[in-house]
Amino acid sequence: MKKLLTASAAIALSAGTAFADGHAKEVKLGVLLGFTGPIESLAPAMGAGAELAMAEVTDSGKLLDAAKVTPMRADTGCIDNGLATANGEKLLADGAHGIIGGDCSGVTGAILQNVAIPNGMVLISPSATSPGLSTMEDNGLFFRTAPSDAREGQVMAAILQDRDIDSIALTYTNNDYGKGLADAIQSSFEEVGGEVTIVTAHEDGKGDYSAEVAALASAGGDILVVAGYLDQGGLGIIQGALDTGAFDTFGLPGGMIGDSLPTNVGSDLDGSFGQIAGSDSEGAEIYAKMASDAGFDGTSAYSAESYDAAALFMLAMQAAGSVDPAEYGAKVMEVANAPGEKINPGDLGKALEILANGGDIDYEGATGVELIGPGESAGSYREIEVQDGKNVTVKFR
Amino acid sequence: MDFLNAFVALSNFVLVPGIAYGSQLALGALGVTLIYGILRFSNFAHGDTMAFGTMVTILFTWWFQSMGISAGPLPTALLALPFGIAITMALVVGTDRAVFRFYRQQKAKPVVFVMVSLGVMFMMNGLVRFIIGPGDQRFSDGERFIIKARTFKQMTGLDEGLAIKTSQGITLVTAIIVVALLFWFLNKTRTGKSMRAYSDNEDLALLSGINPERVVMITWLIVAALATIAGTLYGLDKSFKPFTYFQLLLPIFAAAIVGGLGNPLGAIAGGFVIAMSEVMITYAWKKVAGYVLPESLEPDGLAQLLSTDYKFAVSFAILVIVLLFKPTGIFKGKAV
Repeated sequence: MKKLLTASAAIALSAGTAFADGHAKEVKLGVLLGFTGPIESLAPAMGAGAELAMAEVTDSGKLLDAAKVTPMRADTGCIDNGLATANGEKLLADGAHGIIGGDCSGVTGAILQNVAIPNGMVLISPSATSPGLSTMEDNGLFFRTAPSDAREGQVMAAILQDRDIDSIALTYTNNDYGKGLADAIQSSFEEVGGEVTIVTAHEDGKGDYSAEVAALASAGGDILVVAGYLDQGGLGIIQGALDTGAFDTFGLPGGMIGDSLPTNVGSDLDGSFGQIAGSDSEGAEIYAKMASDAGFDGTSAYSAESYDAAALFMLAMQAAGSVDPAEYGAKVMEVANAPGEKINPGDLGKALEILANGGDIDYEGATGVELIGPGESAGSYREIEVQDGKNVTVKFR
Repeated sequence: MDFLNAFVALSNFVLVPGIAYGSQLALGALGVTLIYGILRFSNFAHGDTMAFGTMVTILFTWWFQSMGISAGPLPTALLALPFGIAITMALVVGTDRAVFRFYRQQKAKPVVFVMVSLGVMFMMNGLVRFIIGPGDQRFSDGERFIIKARTFKQMTGLDEGLAIKTSQGITLVTAIIVVALLFWFLNKTRTGKSMRAYSDNEDLALLSGINPERVVMITWLIVAALATIAGTLYGLDKSFKPFTYFQLLLPIFAAAIVGGLGNPLGAIAGGFVIAMSEVMITYAWKKVAGYVLPESLEPDGLAQLLSTDYKFAVSFAILVIVLLFKPTGIFKGKAV
């Protein structure tokens, strides 16, 4: 115990000295993600992505008189509004200058309402996709580097139209994500003249889906769109529909895209198609390489978005020349969009220098960032088709 | 022709899956009802006993597969089933010796037993997850279909297809064999008769020289076999996931209570009532009606009584109605 104490004291001392002579100022960014709960498998790569951007900026020594950027991790639990709000408050009390988070849509709304708005703090979420957040009053404090599900609905409708599909049956996983996405798909598809024969929910974690499949089959439709999860009820529904010969082809939104689905279902899934957020920007490749050098998987969902969220904070601070949310908040859209020089991941130092000299940048980042409307990603999607038991990207949208 | 089409569509989406699901529930409910009838408590650990039995069967299936042993067109799991049953029997009898026997000697109230079984449930829950993990496991192999929807269409020239999965066929055949064996055992053998005597009147049975510990042990052995068979059939037909088995407890208890707790015949009837009502009441009758009714009467909507969201409400509504009007269940069981 005594040794441990001495050791930690020594580390604290040396860290203190390094800080004193290396960096004049410290910028603290909160990383408020669901390190426990339903997306705990994604959160580590998201946190690592955000911290990668901070380390890059700290090493460049070009942010606001060579400031050091320190990440402060905190947990949202993904579905625990109380925990998320309390941890948001704690980050503010610890002196955070901005918060990257939250992750799941529900807690993100809670943090925005209870922490960010009352305290005038800027919040950039890498992964909240609920359409409800687009219309929530945010005093210009909320941004997200992930596209809204409403956008996914439009993309899906466009894909269906291109493939000459006139009618669909639609089933969704019974939660906020599933319901929001199903609504978006239905309204977008009906807008372009398609017919939705039935919309029905399914519960995850059940073994028997014959009742759901029976209802869907009776309603009919060219294909069945399953807005669910590939490890959960979505798989059961597809298996049931194939077994009874109810549907041959399936529409697969983001939650259903993954290697395990074609593996589990087998060759019957060939010809089914869908879409998942992703871009063909060269930034994505650069980021994946940077991440693997740093020892984590950069292609994990929303990891790249987290890097971009952290980068946007620091670039906006540089553009405003301040760490005060009231001042840099207005600059977020400016650094993210044209005009200006395009910035890829790994070029944050260069971007900071351009900004310091009064120039303009257009941050592309790892996901081809383009913020629209109420400060959310315009969203590029990969159109996926299952061919020979594999998910193949056929097009970018 | 239209009538045939309607019948085939109904069979494909309602009758065949309903009968398979009903058989699985019936086997599960039989186990619950036996424990209730003879040991006089509701065993909440039953769902997880099923999960444990299935898990052991899966492990043996994998082992057999790795050695290249298979049952041809039938799933390998059928070969592994006896091993699964044996190990589950050992676990269940062990649990009885270590836990339930103590409370039996104390002459504890039934509600205490229920709480104890809840504790056993959590232990088994953890044990299964510890050994095989919480995720989905697939272990079915062999021929997947007895008849495929597309083949059926080509064979008969009908517009509607009929698919019967191998697992559904096996489920029904196995369920019939198991139930026949069980009833023969309970009604014809000396041990079976002593079990029924013990169930009817414990004191009288003791006076006539029946060894209670033996009756209890045989009950557990039968229950372990039933649970493993039910779990494995369910896993073959759908997929194995510990959490799903835990959730199966609700429809199984609903089936046992609707049929009449403690009455084996009731458990079987209850299983089919619950399964069929779940599928039928939420079925959209549009397609069937379209074939049968004249054009002028064809429904525009889906002709769906209840959205599938309320699937589970259906079984519980039936449960409530039965408890209100006939508390002993459809077939006279013990009062709940």
